[in-house]
Amino acid sequence: MTAETVSAPGRPEFDPGAEAARATEAILDDTLHGTARGVVVDSPPGAGKSTLVVRAALELARAGRPLMVVAQTNAQVDDLVVRLAEKEPELPVGRLHSSDADPYDRALEELANVRTSAKAQDLAGLPVVLSTAAKWAHVSVDEPWRHAIVDEAYQMRSDALLAVAGLFERALFVGDPGQLDPFSTVGGEQWAGLSYDPSAAAVTTLLAHNPALPQHRLPVSWRLPASAARLVSDAFYPFTPFRSGTGPGERRLALAVASDGSGPDRVIDAAAESGWGLLELPARHTPRTDPEAVRAVAQVVRRLLDRGGAAVSERSPDPVPLTASRIAVGTAHRDQAAAVRAALAALGVSGVTVDTANRLQGREYDVTVVLHPLSGRPDATAFHLETGRLCVLASRHRHACIVVCRAGVDDLLDDYPSTEPVQLGTLVKFPDGWEANHAVLAHLAEHRVRWRP
Amino acid sequence: MSLITTLAQLEAVRTGRAQPAATVRHRHLSAAPLVFVPLTTAGEAGAPLGALVGTDRDAPHLLVVPQPRDRDLRFGFLAELADVVLPYLEAYADAVEPAERTERDSGTGARVKVEVELCADAAQIVVPSRAGVEYVRLLGRSTRFRRTAEQDPQAPHPAPPRVPLLGRWLTHYGERARVPGSSLLLAMTDLLGRHWATGQSTLEDQHLGALLAWIDPPAGGTGAEAAHRAELAREDGQLLCPPAGPATDPAFDNKLLAPAIERYDRARLALAGAEDGLAADGLLRALTEAEREVRDLVESRTRPTWDAVWRGLELLRRLPEGARVEERWTRDRWSFTGHRDRVRSGEPPQPRRDDAVTAANKLAAREREQARLDAQEALDDPLVMAGRRLSGEAFAGEVVDVVMTYSEGRRPSPRPLVTVLTDDRPHLGERVKVYRSLGGRAQTAEFVEQAGDGVLVVRIVDKMGRGKEPEPGSVPEKGDPVCFTLFEHEQRGGARLPEPEDTPWTHGGPPGAEGAVAEAPDAPTEEDVL
Amino acid sequence: MDKASLAERLGAPAPFGQSQFALTRGNAFEARVKADGGAELLRLAHEALDRGAEPPARARLPDLTATGPEGRAARTALALREATAEAGSWTLLDHPMLALEVAGSPAFLEPDAVVVHPDGRWTVVEIKSFPMLDGAADAAKVGAAARQAAVYVLALERVAAHLAGPPEGPAGAGAPRVRHRVLLVCPKDFSNLPAASAVDVRRQRAVTARQLARLTRVEDIAAALPEGVCFSPELPPEELTAAVEAVPAAYAPECLATCELAFHCRGRSRAAGAVTPLGRPVRAELGGLTTVDDVLAAARGEAGDPDDPVVAALRRAATLREQALREAAEVAACR
Repeated sequence: MTAETVSAPGRPEFDPGAEAARATEAILDDTLHGTARGVVVDSPPGAGKSTLVVRAALELARAGRPLMVVAQTNAQVDDLVVRLAEKEPELPVGRLHSSDADPYDRALEELANVRTSAKAQDLAGLPVVLSTAAKWAHVSVDEPWRHAIVDEAYQMRSDALLAVAGLFERALFVGDPGQLDPFSTVGGEQWAGLSYDPSAAAVTTLLAHNPALPQHRLPVSWRLPASAARLVSDAFYPFTPFRSGTGPGERRLALAVASDGSGPDRVIDAAAESGWGLLELPARHTPRTDPEAVRAVAQVVRRLLDRGGAAVSERSPDPVPLTASRIAVGTAHRDQAAAVRAALAALGVSGVTVDTANRLQGREYDVTVVLHPLSGRPDATAFHLETGRLCVLASRHRHACIVVCRAGVDDLLDDYPSTEPVQLGTLVKFPDGWEANHAVLAHLAEHRVRWRP
Repeated sequence: MSLITTLAQLEAVRTGRAQPAATVRHRHLSAAPLVFVPLTTAGEAGAPLGALVGTDRDAPHLLVVPQPRDRDLRFGFLAELADVVLPYLEAYADAVEPAERTERDSGTGARVKVEVELCADAAQIVVPSRAGVEYVRLLGRSTRFRRTAEQDPQAPHPAPPRVPLLGRWLTHYGERARVPGSSLLLAMTDLLGRHWATGQSTLEDQHLGALLAWIDPPAGGTGAEAAHRAELAREDGQLLCPPAGPATDPAFDNKLLAPAIERYDRARLALAGAEDGLAADGLLRALTEAEREVRDLVESRTRPTWDAVWRGLELLRRLPEGARVEERWTRDRWSFTGHRDRVRSGEPPQPRRDDAVTAANKLAAREREQARLDAQEALDDPLVMAGRRLSGEAFAGEVVDVVMTYSEGRRPSPRPLVTVLTDDRPHLGERVKVYRSLGGRAQTAEFVEQAGDGVLVVRIVDKMGRGKEPEPGSVPEKGDPVCFTLFEHEQRGGARLPEPEDTPWTHGGPPGAEGAVAEAPDAPTEEDVL
Repeated sequence: MDKASLAERLGAPAPFGQSQFALTRGNAFEARVKADGGAELLRLAHEALDRGAEPPARARLPDLTATGPEGRAARTALALREATAEAGSWTLLDHPMLALEVAGSPAFLEPDAVVVHPDGRWTVVEIKSFPMLDGAADAAKVGAAARQAAVYVLALERVAAHLAGPPEGPAGAGAPRVRHRVLLVCPKDFSNLPAASAVDVRRQRAVTARQLARLTRVEDIAAALPEGVCFSPELPPEELTAAVEAVPAAYAPECLATCELAFHCRGRSRAAGAVTPLGRPVRAELGGLTTVDDVLAAARGEAGDPDDPVVAALRRAATLREQALREAAEVAACR
């Protein structure tokens, strides 16, 4: 997990900046000058996906190619609009939105060159128009856009792509294969294994029909510290490994106040030191909103704030105070998130993001505190074993990740060996959830603090 | 799974009887359903062994394939099945009423109303279990591409005339059964499992005998004992309650069926080698006797299941039908009519695999129907709504205050603020929309604030008429019981997908020419012929 | 140990067994797939896995007979070495024998077949009797086949590690010699003709490797048992029951489909008043409450800490359920 990952003997020094730049140049070259109708980019957590999307959008606009951008949620669309405006305030940008109440972030109204409308024809002629896949699906055009960028393409379902693909001639597809897979509320087994299975990920369908499309991978995670990149890469991306952009020791977390010797303080110290911490509570079967575990999560957050954390990173020479806005708590279920919010409020903590894995996708913090999806459970269901869920939770941080969990999850996993069904003809892109869970637990065990609250 | 269902299951364990999981019947039941109890041969896909089928509880048709590997006997079975099933279906296909359908004009894309026929009722098929539904699909798949002598005089083993048509109907029914809430083809275990909670797992509920034992235990015994007997009790090595099929018990195959089929084979061989008429007479009698033996065996394994299905129907009919069940059945009638029209207009059989657009359209339709079913079941049944309230997706309570306010703008509209006192804990956020049923239609309100523990304020925003004052009865009054849901009652139509011939490059482009040609029948292999 | 006869003796025989119809047809199918020196099987392997290689015209079919499983495993390893050394043509190993250490003791495995490609790499072949209908097959059965094949892949990798001087890269686990795509052969549609599909077993291989690494050693299981425990079906039922109960087992309804002892375990689990026989999802919502009596008592307000979220939710559920049933009864009375 340390120095030898950065430069292996007999191999040339790995220069993350140069590697990433090379990848980006190749992607832009294929996008702007290539002949293929599509370009696919796999991006591990924090590899600069949004930066790439913004840069590609600007270059396409500069080249005079009308561009539509497809993202999956309104928040993602608004985020891209803001980033585009920051980077190029003069560029006229259209934000196509739904006719529901509050369809977009009010902050967009402050941006001089952003035009918003619920009708596509109002935005005709603008160099860039952005919207969600759901909204684009209701748009019809006489002449397709020259180019499209499909963001978070692994979160998009194949049928959603089918509904919008007629709108553009060529497209750049960008996404993280390690995020939570799209799902359907009804069974679609009868189409599993078909190249165009409507409930599969859009990229899967795209590549099945167009195997010769150029495929790229962003090779460097700028978010994950050296301590996390290897574990996340090994456990969740064994077939497409990546590296961290920073070396060991380049990211540091210092605490002004010394430990009081309690479990939360000891696990904070472990995490500040190594990037990982496991606060292990005594084994017990609990309800989802395990009051002890929820309280422990809240206490860890409270102590992180009380102890005057400061983060040192390549971003600035001076330590940056670890404030509430730089901390997030991740859970598997909504009721768990609600319980943690209530517990934090009871400890007088505000401003800390508390959300489920689904909603934390694509977000970034300095420190994350995670309530382990399997903590206290008497069983391990497919939902809780889903690889993407754990991957999202374990890859949101720049400095450290602290996991709160009941003891005995490894035994639980052993009692529920993986019996995943296999559909003929489907592509294996991601490891098994059972195995990934074991891999993460085995690593966390090295940074374990046992605590009886 | 809702804790409410869990409690019902635990009560079932405690009392030894199944407990209600619904207070109304959530599926349509035909006045004259066709019950179909098929059996299949182990180790071979789509080799029927026999079936009981019919609409008369006391007089089922018994169909048997005395040698399941003999293609001619198999075709005989399928022809007989078609003779029972097709007249039943066709009787419904011919009784129609006028109806209107909105279609998209192919030229302008505008929505236009078209006068069409709608079948006044649809045929309903009931099978014992989910495996039975799967078997209907399999029979459909194995027969719809067959070629009859009329279609293809060169075919080496032409299928009897009506068998491919039977396959198309069975395929349609099997496909429709995948639509949530549909009732054209039903599995009895699903029906019973939807309406009762037993003291066993849903896995064990797949055993029709055990499931019925919990719901309708014999006098003086508990459901648990009866279910255990249904699962395991044997006499002379044979299960007292044979599996509901289509798979048979291996002990039955090995100890009873295999010897009987062997005797049949021998008798047939002997008859074929008969040297004179007199000997043939005796050998024919022996063959008839051997065949009767297999028939008796098949009947002995299907009759208990047949009776169980009818008993289940009887129990289900005692439940009053949910208010919105009829509306969903009308959708089934449209589906039935649509297939009738496709058959009549000479369209080819359903392809082996859906094209990209069809698959996406079907998935979208099923997701919409699932949401519709979830909403309608809750609105029809207080026990289902209780589960949604427990999970924070609805709240019920009493109106304690109504304050009239108006919208801003040139023509102010009523926007009454309604305060509800409730014990429920809904997951409400700022301006979250909530809905209540007002004369069968959904009225929308917005969450405004929580004014205290269990005190919720919502603002009603529609269905109050056009005037400045709300129409009478359109706003709840103080003291009224109300129930608001966070889920919508009606489902919006999804995105419009391209036509199959406009399938984009991302999905392989338009289906190739091979899609246009009729699909080839499955090639026969030498082993099909004995 | 023979779990089926054990179950029968315990008074809870499992409804397992195989129909002779299925057996006959399955055997006929495997024979057909391997007929003519495996010509059809190799054709399928070439088409599904290795189209770049020369078509298998004349394949080698080494004799693998030997005495005892150890002998057969040694013979198999030898045949693999020879086939790999003489790369450039196809070799079919019919029912090879592989050894794999499981929990400290050697286990012998017999895959349906292993194919050695002209490039010297090896593929596990699984022949199954469930149909591949229009290119799709029962996903649960394919999953089981993939897990089974993954064990063979691991065992083959051990063999590869022992062979000296492989052509590409260092030997050992993950050596590229064993292909991670296995060949699944099933009857096509409604026929007895074979259809083949390549199945990627990398996931299953990773899982199995970790399971093997985590398996409690057999000696450890034995050490945890009371002295003199014996599972011989010859024992009287009371003694047998006592012996079986000494082994920790966690019954869940899913066991019914796979384990001969499941009905016995279910009976005991029910007798103990446990909630697990109702299914895993049921248990999952109940936290620390594990018996029917505890849950019902908590729901009725007779026991349990009202601050425990599970107890609070149970009481709320019980109230809502009663209300709803009462409401429905009132409506019915008016009808």
